[in-house]
Amino acid sequence: MGAELRMEPRTETRTESHGGISPQIRMANEIAVQFHHQPPEEAAAAIAAHIRAFWEPRMRAELLRRAEAEPQALDPLALAAARLLRG
Amino acid sequence: MSLLKEPDLGTPAKAGLATVTIEVDGLPVTVPEGTSVMRAAALSGIEIPKLCATDSLEAFGSCRLCLVEIEGRRGTPASCTTPVAEGMKVRTQSPKLAKLRQGVMELYISDHPLDCLTCSANGDCELQDMAGVVGLRQVRYGYSGANHLAEPTDTSNPYFQFEASKCIACSRCVRACGEIQGTFALTIEGRGFNSKVSAGGTDFMSSECVSCGACVQACPTATLQEKSVVQLGMPTRSVITTCAYCGVGCSFKAELRGTELVRMVPYKDGGANEGHSCVKGRFAFGYATHPDRVLTPMIRESITDEWRQVDWETAITYTARRLREIQARYGVGAIGGITSSRTTNEEVYVVQKMIRAAFGNNNVDTCARVCHSPTGYGLKQTFGTSAGTQDFRSVAKADVIMVIGANPTDGHPVFASRMKRRIREGAKLIVIDPRRIDLVRSPHIEATHHLQLAPGTNVAVINAMAHVVLTEGLVARDFVAERCEGFEEWAEFIARPENSPEAVEELTGVPAEELRAAARLYATGGNAAIYYGLGVTEHSQGSTMVMGMANLAMATGNIGREGVGVNPLRGQNNVQGSCDMGSFPHELPGYRHISDDVVRGTFEEMWGREIQSEPGLRIPNMFDAALEGSFRALYVQGEDIAQSDPNTSHVTAALRAMELVVVQDLFLNETARFAHVFLPGTSFLEKDGTFTNAERRINRVRPVMPPRTGKHEWQIACEIAEAMGYPMRYAHPSEIMDEIAALTPTFAGVSFEKLDKLGSVQWPCNAAAPEGTPIMHVDGFVRGKGKFVLTPFVPTRERSTRKFPLILTTGRILTQYNVGAQTRRTANVAWHPEDVLEIHPHDAEVRGISDGDEVVLSSRVGQTSLRAVLSDRMPVGVVYTTFHHPVTGANVVTTENSDWATNCPEYKVTAVQVGLKNPPGRQAATRAEELLPAMAD
Repeated sequence: MGAELRMEPRTETRTESHGGISPQIRMANEIAVQFHHQPPEEAAAAIAAHIRAFWEPRMRAELLRRAEAEPQALDPLALAAARLLRG
Repeated sequence: MSLLKEPDLGTPAKAGLATVTIEVDGLPVTVPEGTSVMRAAALSGIEIPKLCATDSLEAFGSCRLCLVEIEGRRGTPASCTTPVAEGMKVRTQSPKLAKLRQGVMELYISDHPLDCLTCSANGDCELQDMAGVVGLRQVRYGYSGANHLAEPTDTSNPYFQFEASKCIACSRCVRACGEIQGTFALTIEGRGFNSKVSAGGTDFMSSECVSCGACVQACPTATLQEKSVVQLGMPTRSVITTCAYCGVGCSFKAELRGTELVRMVPYKDGGANEGHSCVKGRFAFGYATHPDRVLTPMIRESITDEWRQVDWETAITYTARRLREIQARYGVGAIGGITSSRTTNEEVYVVQKMIRAAFGNNNVDTCARVCHSPTGYGLKQTFGTSAGTQDFRSVAKADVIMVIGANPTDGHPVFASRMKRRIREGAKLIVIDPRRIDLVRSPHIEATHHLQLAPGTNVAVINAMAHVVLTEGLVARDFVAERCEGFEEWAEFIARPENSPEAVEELTGVPAEELRAAARLYATGGNAAIYYGLGVTEHSQGSTMVMGMANLAMATGNIGREGVGVNPLRGQNNVQGSCDMGSFPHELPGYRHISDDVVRGTFEEMWGREIQSEPGLRIPNMFDAALEGSFRALYVQGEDIAQSDPNTSHVTAALRAMELVVVQDLFLNETARFAHVFLPGTSFLEKDGTFTNAERRINRVRPVMPPRTGKHEWQIACEIAEAMGYPMRYAHPSEIMDEIAALTPTFAGVSFEKLDKLGSVQWPCNAAAPEGTPIMHVDGFVRGKGKFVLTPFVPTRERSTRKFPLILTTGRILTQYNVGAQTRRTANVAWHPEDVLEIHPHDAEVRGISDGDEVVLSSRVGQTSLRAVLSDRMPVGVVYTTFHHPVTGANVVTTENSDWATNCPEYKVTAVQVGLKNPPGRQAATRAEELLPAMAD
């Protein structure tokens, strides 16, 4: 009864998964695009509220650091949200 | 506790308010109209002999043992098929009846082996019982004539045997397979003397049989018998407990001899399953005693070292010391933990308490992150609570059943049987799934509509359905006006032309007219109920889709009564409970946000520790933080993240980056390869606590045997916390539930005492609903008004490209469970020895792939190899596999994409390429690229 449990894996992995984008930038942009239908101010507030409610402080800090260092990497609404979070 | 034999009233209960009073042997009895005479007699305490009747099946009237006399009526009608009538006077015993019954029994016994003393069913055989009841003293026909005594025994199924020579052709197995399970694998073949039970002309293993055990349960003799009973003998005691597989949460009688588990028998009074089971819960419990179980704690300094067995005190002291050292060096937030949906509510609760109070942070998450976290988010936003709206029984009142991104016959088979029964009764079925799941067309079931959408387009489809409802005037205006808010803004959004079925037809692949027809049916077909699974949640817009379904249900008034609702079919046995118990980093038990000062204050007062007010890290955030260097230690309880979580290379890199990984599990799983401490866990047979299923039903999990490891899992967490300087002491898990109840309003009325008295309760269970709440949002939504949320469709970033032109979607199979850690260690491997890749014949042909070929499956993050199975269940361009076997490691190819709101991974959409592993004379990828038409990047 029972199958083999320690066969050699038949898998290989590559390293291109994140494409060099920081997780915080990627996730903030993914959130932002969901709010594109809203007026920009409302959208930025909603994005900021979401991030405040669900992101751990070091993630928020990293987002703010990235927003400062590479604002062009962020969706404009995510950037606006980051400014609200900073404020 | 002695062996629990549940009463069998012969025929099923009839619903209805109207009653009828009859006399049975002079005793008056009042029963609902339509009740059989047999059942009425049983209810008055008079058992009429029977063989072909049992109360889980409709009356059949074939054995002629239950004959009675009815005053004013001619003959001796069968009491099972005769309904009661007002004033009826029934006699169950008379010389004439006795003679008839003896005659019937003589015929049966004349063609039945007389090996009662050595028979495996000795003591649990209705034929034997009835021979005694009717006073059979002779068999006048002798045994020398034609008979079936030489019929061969079918032992092909790994769990039960079919001893045809003992069959009395009562059809109970055949009817159970049809009526209860809904598979119709069995039939009565031949006529008259040649009638015999047949698994469709082949053996059981080769047949359509799904090994649910319903036939074994129904058999009145030893004909269909568990092999474990044949081998070990009849059990002598029962313990009522709860299955540890899927989120249906079936109740079982664990039947034992001493401390040896002989069999698991589905419990008729179980609220979730009402006496039914599937191949996993019924039979696949052998993993609990599998030799691979690790029963002693182990530690090692480095993951390249050999494991060293230690005693519990050493393991716990070491773990606590290392955790504190890492915190001292890297900060309080450098450690965290993952609770398990395979453990009890009490075990989950103490782990999250250990993390929040002893670790001093909120870095706690659970496997719901990778399955139904979007359900929690979406239903909380729209309805106000993070759980399904109905009990399972509700489906019996549904007129339209819409199954979205779920495969209940494989993933939630016992609930699927309820669903199929209702569909056979006439409910209409809509299936929304890229794959033609079994429900689309199976015996006596056919979906009215199968919307075979392209993976990743759920939101476009649900919006289009809502568009039809709105623009064709099908909105339940009164319901919306009275019960909901945000409708006008939503209506303006959903009515936009870009949401019409015609506008999204090309994108989704769903013909507009078919979608319109499905929407009309959902809105106008009576009670309409949505049931959904991970095909909804495991997408980049998983949360949006949940809200889209909630919008549709509110717009059509399909919330707040029997037969309707929005119902997640949750994956693991206690995934609902693990979420309820505060396993998410932003929520305390009862789904209350960590930033709520008042709520946090109640916990701080009870726990005597300050709790951080900021959310902690989610599982994927933990991995990211580990790779960034700020997260250094992880405690993982009963979850194999190295196999189950997406993008395996990312997960394992994160695990390697940590200084301490503590795994608490039954087995040395894939994650344990990266662990420094292994703490042996307990199987469900050793646990004492509660599980909460997908219908919010809290069931008791009772210990069948003492912990084989010498320690309960809740004790491990308590002792680590204490070793870290935070005492957490409980004498019994009931005390943990008492603390949960004291701190969690939805659990305020829950206690072990109440559960033992009532069997189970569905939360909310409190002063307003002391016996629980089967259906939610009846008079109002938990959040007050139901909230319409705008759900614009945003395509996933994951697209098919020239390099990766196919879309992979993943799922599970009936006989295996999750990462297979349990089911792979049972005879269930007979059905699914390996993961395979289902590929459309067209996609296979252009790649030169034949059925059974070994192929390479590759994505931008990794590749694996597995065997191809040609199947037209998926549309061209879509391939499918399961993730039950580590050797294939399907999640090597899934990516970091996730739900925008919850980070639930997008398992269901991965761009891949498939090629022959060993193509003749050239490389697989090259051949595939040559043969494929160019596709845009």
